[in-house]
Amino acid sequence: MLSGILLFNQKGELLIMRAFRQDMRPRLADVFRIQVISNAQIRSPILTLGSTTFSHIKNENIYLVGVSKGNVNSALVFEFLYKLVALGKAYFGRFDEEAVKSNFVMVYELLDEILDFGYPQNTETETLKMYITTEGVKSERALEDSSKITMQATGALSWRRDNIKYRKNEAFVDVIEDVNLLVSASGTVLRADVNGAIEMRAYLSGTPECKFGLNDRLTLGENGADTSLGGAVGNMGGNKASKAAAGSVTLEDVSLHQCVKLSSFTNDRTISFIPPDGSFQLMTYRATENVNLPFKVHAIVNELGKSKVEYSIAIRSNYGSKLFATNVVIRIPTPLNTATTTHRASQGKAKYEPAENAIIWKIARFTGQSEFVLSAEAELSAMTNQKAWSRPPLSMQFSLLMFTSSGLLVRYLKVFEKGNYSSVKWVRYMTRAGSYEIRF
Amino acid sequence: MFLAHAAYAHTYSSTLPISITLPYRSLLTTLGTPQGKVAELRLELNSSGGKKDKNFSTKKIALKKIVANMTMSNNDMVALFPDIVGVMGVPSLEIKKMCFLYLVNYARMKPDIALKALPILTNDLEDNNPLMRALALRTLSYIHVRQFVEATLIPLKQLLKDNDPYVRKTAAFCVAKLYDHDRHLVEGSDLIDRLNLMLRDENPTVVSSALAALMDIWERSESIKLTIDYANASKIVQILPDCSEWGQTYILEALTSYVPQDTSEAALLADRITPRLSHTNSAVVLTCIRVILYLMNYIDNEKTIAALCTKLSPPLVTLLSKGPEIQYLALRNALLILQRRPEVLRNDIRVFFCKYNDPIYVKVTKLELIFMLASEKNIREVLTELREYATEIDVHFVRKSVRAIGKLAIKIEPAAKLCISTLLELVATKVSYIVQEATVVIKNIFRKYPNEYESIISTLCENLDSLDEPEAKAAMIWVIGQYADRIDNSEVLLEDFLDSWPDETHEVQLALLTATVKLFIQRPTKGQDLVPKVLKWATEDTDNPDLRDRGYMYWRLLSTDPAAAKGVVMGEKPAITAESEKLDPVTLEEMCLVVGTLATVYLKPVHTVFRSARPRKLLESPALQRKTLPSYLAMQQAKLLAEQNGGTGVGNADGAAAARDGDVLSEADAYFASVGGQQAYQSVLGDDGFASSPTAATHGGEQRYVVNQGQGLGTVQPTMHVQGGEGDLLSF
Repeated sequence: MLSGILLFNQKGELLIMRAFRQDMRPRLADVFRIQVISNAQIRSPILTLGSTTFSHIKNENIYLVGVSKGNVNSALVFEFLYKLVALGKAYFGRFDEEAVKSNFVMVYELLDEILDFGYPQNTETETLKMYITTEGVKSERALEDSSKITMQATGALSWRRDNIKYRKNEAFVDVIEDVNLLVSASGTVLRADVNGAIEMRAYLSGTPECKFGLNDRLTLGENGADTSLGGAVGNMGGNKASKAAAGSVTLEDVSLHQCVKLSSFTNDRTISFIPPDGSFQLMTYRATENVNLPFKVHAIVNELGKSKVEYSIAIRSNYGSKLFATNVVIRIPTPLNTATTTHRASQGKAKYEPAENAIIWKIARFTGQSEFVLSAEAELSAMTNQKAWSRPPLSMQFSLLMFTSSGLLVRYLKVFEKGNYSSVKWVRYMTRAGSYEIRF
Repeated sequence: MFLAHAAYAHTYSSTLPISITLPYRSLLTTLGTPQGKVAELRLELNSSGGKKDKNFSTKKIALKKIVANMTMSNNDMVALFPDIVGVMGVPSLEIKKMCFLYLVNYARMKPDIALKALPILTNDLEDNNPLMRALALRTLSYIHVRQFVEATLIPLKQLLKDNDPYVRKTAAFCVAKLYDHDRHLVEGSDLIDRLNLMLRDENPTVVSSALAALMDIWERSESIKLTIDYANASKIVQILPDCSEWGQTYILEALTSYVPQDTSEAALLADRITPRLSHTNSAVVLTCIRVILYLMNYIDNEKTIAALCTKLSPPLVTLLSKGPEIQYLALRNALLILQRRPEVLRNDIRVFFCKYNDPIYVKVTKLELIFMLASEKNIREVLTELREYATEIDVHFVRKSVRAIGKLAIKIEPAAKLCISTLLELVATKVSYIVQEATVVIKNIFRKYPNEYESIISTLCENLDSLDEPEAKAAMIWVIGQYADRIDNSEVLLEDFLDSWPDETHEVQLALLTATVKLFIQRPTKGQDLVPKVLKWATEDTDNPDLRDRGYMYWRLLSTDPAAAKGVVMGEKPAITAESEKLDPVTLEEMCLVVGTLATVYLKPVHTVFRSARPRKLLESPALQRKTLPSYLAMQQAKLLAEQNGGTGVGNADGAAAARDGDVLSEADAYFASVGGQQAYQSVLGDDGFASSPTAATHGGEQRYVVNQGQGLGTVQPTMHVQGGEGDLLSF
């Protein structure tokens, strides 16, 4: 497995170097700096030199590098690096150069704990925070505490502490969907799919057994929607959306958090689990059928000779009139040699951003069932070598509450616990733009 | 495109303010001479810090400075070793941890001083606190000093039976570490047997750790066999849900050492691990896919196999919503799995369409997948998509897209016309590198469909001026020669090219030579002036042996028997295919056993990338479905061919192919030996010489007739200096 871990800043200064095997030499840090950081031509996250492989990811302004010898499990290496970033964020708020520099001793301490001989060990933040803490004092623990920690770190419920108590038992469920769209220049939808995630914040006492139900087609046979579900159920105003929502949704695939009992999911599609305390991602899913697109974009772009491009962009919202999207940003690419632009928007503000080669059109609040239009012109400066403009796609960003593109709904969330307490559950839905691209 | 670049670009900023308020920065401030700095730190380390300093904060700060300097490979810190050993006894876990880190780093440089720390560590092995015992054991076993290794041996046996599972799992990994330090010591003891016993531990984490340790030892030793019978396999599968995500990965990896003796056992086990495909950790998912693919080799029921295949598609596609690095890995593996089990992913071509902001390595791999999944049914959709890519900014990607369109014309015969019209649209853009790339592929289309689509020739001739790359020139010259009788002014065109003869590469000169001879044979009056001139150049004014040989051959052929010359030069050429992207069956089988590993990124036989890796192969058992293996099928096909062609001739050809294989392999070996050297930090896989050898070698006899043979990626984009993963499989 891993021979060592290296952390660099953007300039190639070594921030952390930890060896886990004999074959990890300090020299390898220089090799990576020369071959990858100062090599502008590098185009792959994996580089093998001789028998040494460097697998790297970037986060904020640092490089995280896993060094290995031999044919190691590459998925494991990258997943570990992602996990290291997540852990760093959980500990220090963010994981960038400054955080590493101000906490480098702790980064070493964490690395020593989560890797042994290069094999990833328990990486659950909950458990690690029991004995690796930002205040050094806490790390000196009484003996019985220690055995509790070790049981936790090696146990089957490594993600949950014992004896959690809340006066008010609550669970918040966020259904967040990223809708991806690719439309061809002729207006055909090339692909439309949804990457969804169900995020949960659980503040529940004891060891609660939760059961979770969706309007997923395969679970529909069950009954017993939990009527105590708090929060308004979404998609109410949407005409088309509610139709899909009333029925059922076919999920292409789901992946579930470590805490979910996968075998019972495979058998009867029930999602049952003992949640970690606090926030975590319960599941992610993919849907490709009957995707409700929140926005329809109609773009007409004409190149008039070599000196001018004319745009006429119309955007129509396709959700209930009571809903509204926020932070709607439309990025309209312009040719590289654009000199000036003029534009007129029926709503929001448009601005030409020379650095991005695009007109950025922002609409703070976009109500349902409405249509806004932008007309613009880009004046081009003369160029010596005329190369055709590659016409990158127009792209959109937005977030829309109480709407799911897939039509997914949470049908129930039941909590069973020895203490038999009652709990309050809240559900929220949101749809965001993933990669929402329209070619023209 | 430029956005994707930005993500990987390395911006240097000289104006970065260096903030001296950062603790890290201030810890590194130099205190004059190295000696002065060391002395200062020593003083701080040994100072009591006064009565108020109950938490030893002076010592802690000093230690932090030392650790910071250590990271910068500052070897002056070695001088502090005795003082560090002195501080190690201070009753503070934080101080101890920093001292241990120091010890792990420097013990090899000063083994004699390090020995003074040994009693402290061995003492800690008996501490009441399990975290302390584990920490001491972990640290002790990192140190590559004989006395430390020997001192670990006896206590380790006790700790393997410790009451605390955390200590036991640490001890399990410790055995693998000791094996790394001194294998004879471990082999001479009963540690491996004890490790084996731990597979029956009640704690799942301990079991998975013991398995990981055993696999690690197995990987490095020829003498150790790892056998898992059905009962064992079944047991470890049962504890899967109780393990951490990493533990699950270790267990799944170990399962490929289980050899099913009965086909129903294999099916049952495969069924029991399928729930792992829904795990959120992609290492669990990909390793699970590996095990299922492996077990399928031992399953005889086709329905079961088909059912398993349908379960593999969705999780593979889901990996595309992960980080770009995992996407890349998943895509490379999809290329592999598709060749072994084409029914996986069959209906999913659209999910591989590129997003504008995908990193280039993801885009290129998606392009390869689109090519592989293209069929008569979806060809229109695919061509529209490729046409779109051909206008992007990244030149390498654009070229690959153009090449893909040309290769599709060869791969899917009914779509040839459609592909060609797409190519012509692209040629009309007049962008030089697009035109050149298109010229190269159109030549192959002529090879595949002789005497069809000749109307394109005129379009090509309009763009002669934009050709400046040897490959494109050679392709165009080939077309002119081949169709000399149908191009009115072929001799004029050829003469234009001949003007620059001395400056051309050998590749172009060879093409010119052949084309001139072809012209002469087809239109003797037009070619009679050119031929003697070119033959003279080729035989007298060159030091390239290939060119000279070919020149003499033509010369003699033309002077002795012109009719025979026509037969040879204008003879019918063997048909070409677009199948070069397929891995050979033996490699394919091997690669499927290592799904998710680095070798699958390179899509090369494991031993060509990692020499010391232990080879994996499918082990014989009554359940093994030998007749469905790619290698077996290929052998049957070869036999069939041999029978058709009649014995002897083919036998010779085989022999020749084998001999050539040997040559190329040993060439690759020699190359590797030179790169393997520590000073030669050259990319192993970016280099042309290497990149084509191992895969080319295995193609054996057929290779000559494959499109693009000898014109691999390397020539197209010299910028790919350190190009790890891409390209070689699909050499367009």
